[in-house]
Amino acid sequence: MADSRLVYVTTIRTTPEKLWLALLDPEFTCQYWFGTRHECSWEANADWKLMTPDGRVGYSGEVLEIDPPRRLVLSWRAEFRPEWREEGHSRVTFELERCGASVKLTVVHEIDKPESKLLGTLSKGWPRLLASLKSLLETGESLAETREWPKGF
Amino acid sequence: MDKVFRALADPGRRRLLDRLHEENGQTLAQLCAPLAMSRQAVTKHLAILEEANLVVAVRKGREKRHYLNPVPIHDIAERWIHKFEQGRLRALADLKKKLEGEADG
Repeated sequence: MADSRLVYVTTIRTTPEKLWLALLDPEFTCQYWFGTRHECSWEANADWKLMTPDGRVGYSGEVLEIDPPRRLVLSWRAEFRPEWREEGHSRVTFELERCGASVKLTVVHEIDKPESKLLGTLSKGWPRLLASLKSLLETGESLAETREWPKGF
Repeated sequence: MDKVFRALADPGRRRLLDRLHEENGQTLAQLCAPLAMSRQAVTKHLAILEEANLVVAVRKGREKRHYLNPVPIHDIAERWIHKFEQGRLRALADLKKKLEGEADG
């Protein structure tokens, strides 16, 4: 394979508007996205950063596409590990699709590089993050293990 | 959630998930090659796994690639494994893995 790709789908009992807010708003993200918060003006071509709880830049890139509350595409480079930073920019796409009383959320993380180390590691984080997001929106409580930045990262 | 359990109840389908865990994003032909299963059987199993949302198929041009989607398994774990037991269960799972190797029925 000339590229690496992760594809995740989850169906969440909520509205596209609420899910969109939960994906972007720090009040939500710090509860399920390992304590992180976005720094971004959420306009096309705007700079984007995902800040770790201790104030470091975890990931950075820019907003490639934004169409609330349907589609968000970010370029995405890991800043906190040299071997991941060297892989350059990957791309993360969030797609929200109303399905009856629920919303189908599809997350695709891809990079034009075979056997990406970054994606290999993040393949352990994304499923937990998304399960936690679902739990937060459906029950009001996120998964405890996703409320903090993982030790050693 | 019934669909997830039904999908996971079959050893052939679990084997397919293992294969995708080893290498994500495989085509039908790639998945069929090393398995003692007919193309029809693999297609049928994949349809059940997709229906349960454990596999997501992405079409790129003429190719259709299959991706492992473990999110529903995490949802199940969250629903039935009490948060306070997580640490202990993980330690037990690690120990089991160490003693038995990676193999699983």
